[in-house]
Amino acid sequence: MIGVIGYGAYVPKNRIRTSEIARVWGKDPRNAEKGLGVSEKSVPSIDEDTITIATAAAKCALKRAGIDPKEMGAIYIGSESHPYVVKPSGTVVAAAIGCEGELRCADYEFACKAGTAAIQNVMGLIEGGYIKYGLAIGADTSQGAPGDALEYATSAGGAAFILSKKNKDSIATIEETLSYTTDTPDFWRREHEYYPQHGGRFTGEPAYFKHVGTATKMMIEKMSLKPEDVDYVVFHMPNAKFPVNMAKKLGFSKEQVTQSLVVTEMGNAYSGSSVLGLTAVLDVAKPGDKILMTSYGSGAGSDSFYITVNDAIENKRDMCPKTWDMIHNKRYIDYATYTKYRRKILMR
Amino acid sequence: MKKVAVIGVGMTRFGELWNSSLRSLTIEAGIKALSDAGVPGERVDALYTGCMSGDMFVKQGHIASLIADYGGLLPVPSTRVESACASGGLALRQGLMAIASGFANIVVVGGVEKMTDALGSQTTGYLASAADQEWESFNGATFPSLYALMARRHMYEYGTTEEQLSLIAVKNHHNGSLNPNAHFQFEVSLERVMNSTLVADPLRLFHCSPVSDGAACVVLASEEKAKEISDDPIWIIGSGQASGAIGIYDRDDICTIDATVNAGKSAYKMAGVTPKDIDFAEVHDCFTIAEIIDIEDLGFFKKGEGGKAVEEGITSLDGELPINSSGGLKAKGHPVGATGVAQVVEVVTQLRGKAGKRQIKDAEIGLTQNIGGSGGTAVVHIFSR
Repeated sequence: MIGVIGYGAYVPKNRIRTSEIARVWGKDPRNAEKGLGVSEKSVPSIDEDTITIATAAAKCALKRAGIDPKEMGAIYIGSESHPYVVKPSGTVVAAAIGCEGELRCADYEFACKAGTAAIQNVMGLIEGGYIKYGLAIGADTSQGAPGDALEYATSAGGAAFILSKKNKDSIATIEETLSYTTDTPDFWRREHEYYPQHGGRFTGEPAYFKHVGTATKMMIEKMSLKPEDVDYVVFHMPNAKFPVNMAKKLGFSKEQVTQSLVVTEMGNAYSGSSVLGLTAVLDVAKPGDKILMTSYGSGAGSDSFYITVNDAIENKRDMCPKTWDMIHNKRYIDYATYTKYRRKILMR
Repeated sequence: MKKVAVIGVGMTRFGELWNSSLRSLTIEAGIKALSDAGVPGERVDALYTGCMSGDMFVKQGHIASLIADYGGLLPVPSTRVESACASGGLALRQGLMAIASGFANIVVVGGVEKMTDALGSQTTGYLASAADQEWESFNGATFPSLYALMARRHMYEYGTTEEQLSLIAVKNHHNGSLNPNAHFQFEVSLERVMNSTLVADPLRLFHCSPVSDGAACVVLASEEKAKEISDDPIWIIGSGQASGAIGIYDRDDICTIDATVNAGKSAYKMAGVTPKDIDFAEVHDCFTIAEIIDIEDLGFFKKGEGGKAVEEGITSLDGELPINSSGGLKAKGHPVGATGVAQVVEVVTQLRGKAGKRQIKDAEIGLTQNIGGSGGTAVVHIFSR
């Protein structure tokens, strides 16, 4: 059985309100906010990117894990916005947190579920006896074209998890994981393109709901679960409506999903989305609580996890800033500043 | 001219049918219609398919051949008919003329559109090709804006209200909630309609028909064949088609669609009936203002009184003249090429007394009216038991 011995989150401090974006594009601000259920989103500063976000989250995870960084056997970072197309993010993070040396390392790009794919692969290496500790990170500075529906929610943030075989230091146990994978292209970005394209309403039923719903149902069946057996539900959050509707469709209450619903005040950090929902839950969960998390990546599918919270959570969670506290620690910027920070203005 | 009957009908569900293609939709509706008629494919003499923009929505041209081929009907003569949103109604008229003239005895008429594979912005552009590109669309006019101009003028001239525009949506959603093939099978409150997102002032989201996938199909037969094959043939007693100015800028009065008036006159004349004889109708409510204009232009109500008619419940399912018992384009959905044929499916189903929860009592004579664009084409048909 695999345990989580440390976790960390990072959310940049800048926020732009949905209504401010709507103002610029001549849309009704009330409709923009109501339609998505997102009031504001996080924006990375000019000096923040997937590597800095991953590093910040990894430092927290290391602190909570309390292990010697040299013992880290693997680092995998999942993102749709690795700063370089060629030149890895993982090695920079490894150097920054003191894990260089004997280390397995790779960057993953697997739509918005690259972070949970990283968790699954670290689990495999530990189960196989190849490594003792492994670090899996999901982080993004997500892209949305100016004026596109995506722009209202695409944000920045990330979460990191250090895994090992389950022991007394485990704050949580991953009881089971499984994936549901199909080739369903609802969202894509080709090489040399700045912004993704998407299939509009196709991204709902046949894409998000089919995959998140199927993977979650597979987990419910495999673990013989009833909705009331689960304390917290975490879904990928392209907006606030999809995860809430998904929960409803599967028989869960809004209360079961609310703690993880970080999207409402920080937007969708792509590979960082569902994993930040998980860190928000770990920040408050009690030992014995059960967590059901299902990620989603467009054209990639869904990974589902069934997690039990352990006693060690009580001593570790206050060591680092909590997810919702980071979301509430903010400063508002206007659209002009946003375009500068997101490098949407061409400068010589 | 030979008498012609509808002896079989079939349609797919309308909606966002992500797992269905243009060809699979058409074939599904075709098989249902032929099974309903009890006619084997080899007895079909000709095929007419209404499809507005397969070339744009799914990049498929040569639809006539595709449908004959995948329908397993080779080497049947097959023709694709295009006249924007009136493609389906016009395909029916082609089928009717083929039999009436003696060229064919049994004809299958289909209508189809696969719209949801395109992005919203593309869809708006493709549909705008049914307006006058040079004088309207290229200058930024879209269909919601053209119909919004008509609505605004109708409000100015006749005192038609936003509430009346909204009551059409409430009524048609109610009817759609009773139709298992409808895109939207739910009721909407007046408040919800009137508070929905503004699309083109005064038209709101719930005043507009949706973008839908779907297909509908009917089997037509000559009098001789109909009597041989069918126990309950529904006769096409009137048919009218007319053209009007393609752009609304070129019309004397934008509160009326001349093509509807003229097609209606032809159909009434051929059928030997007057508007008073019509028991119920399926009309082209691509926007709710269109239903008001349609029921006036067809002579059911005086010009300017269409809004009041819905307010007074005359056009409700249990009213004196039920309009759009299927849910109309608003709630049943509007896969543009399929719409004109789906209207016929509804009228035939009603006249056969098989409309279930939305059955209109004592329906003897029904009418369909199908518009292309903002009124550049109109097709009207009248049916009786």
